[in-house]
Amino acid sequence: MFAGMAFELCVVVCALVRRSFRRYIGLNLYMAVACGCDLAGYRILALHGVKSAEYLQFYYYASFMLTIALYIALINLYSVVFDEMHADKLVRFGAVLLLLGTCAVSFAVAWQSTESMVMRFIIEVSQNLYFVGVVLTYVLWGAIVKLRETRTRLVQFVLSLGIYFSALAANYALRNLWPSMSMIWIYLPPVLGCLLPLSWAYAFLRLSEESKLAPARLGVTVR
Amino acid sequence: MIAALIFVCSLAALAQFFVSYCRSALISTAREPLSIRARDVTGLVGMTASGEEFRLYMELLQLCPERRDDRRVLRSVRIYYRMVSWLRSMGATLWPKAASWAEVERSRCAYFAAVMLDRHIAYNRALVAEQSSE
Repeated sequence: MFAGMAFELCVVVCALVRRSFRRYIGLNLYMAVACGCDLAGYRILALHGVKSAEYLQFYYYASFMLTIALYIALINLYSVVFDEMHADKLVRFGAVLLLLGTCAVSFAVAWQSTESMVMRFIIEVSQNLYFVGVVLTYVLWGAIVKLRETRTRLVQFVLSLGIYFSALAANYALRNLWPSMSMIWIYLPPVLGCLLPLSWAYAFLRLSEESKLAPARLGVTVR
Repeated sequence: MIAALIFVCSLAALAQFFVSYCRSALISTAREPLSIRARDVTGLVGMTASGEEFRLYMELLQLCPERRDDRRVLRSVRIYYRMVSWLRSMGATLWPKAASWAEVERSRCAYFAAVMLDRHIAYNRALVAEQSSE
């Protein structure tokens, strides 16, 4: 928990030092929210214990907030990629529409549930948004390759997020497929939660906004 | 059924993102020239290295105190190197074109390790100079 918090803080500090805080506001907002959730989680854990209803409730609400924040971070990356096309408003409109659609589908599933509807809705939205995140990141990566985007830092942000989203989505699916393999799916999210801020901090610290690469060379082609 | 489909799709996406991530790291160092000191240590002349040299450079890297922010990217490239080495050995008989592509990737990994070694040497020298000036 503390390692994750330190890495998350590190991203925000690196962005401030490199004067990229405003440009990547979504990424920094997500890291700040994650850090706040870690801190609040630790406090609730210390006060009520891991098996308490308070901690369980906090866990799901925090997970919901983090998923929404990560979605905003992804949309921020979309805005940066399509910056020169002045498609900001269109991207935002599409993102809100997709978010509302995901919420509507999740609500429909939760409505039929016999458990607490609010809790079921939160779990459904989190799971569905992770899969939507994988698809959106994949589309963004396709756009980067097609548009011949050359900013190394941006490419690294998107690829790190893609690895994070797809590993988490695979983890959720694994959880549904083999519930007995809890050893894997319990420990994977915290590890991934450390790797994402580490890779973003690396990109902020070691790569300048001006550093470029040839995106055509990123595609794997066996000739 | 849906869970299995999501699992397979996510794993495929994960593999593609991971390969692209490693390639972006390799490409960003591909044009970086090595210092004379690093050339002396590695024995490299041009801007290409043999894939076989990767292990040697990684061993040399372990002799230098590590920079914490390089650790993760080095680990990713090491996994990538193992993947392409496996592909090369498998493709040698089944798919020769894939084997030759894997050899190019191994060579990029080796050059990346050489660039990292160069950075580590420069970092350590700066550290020693800083300490001796105090």
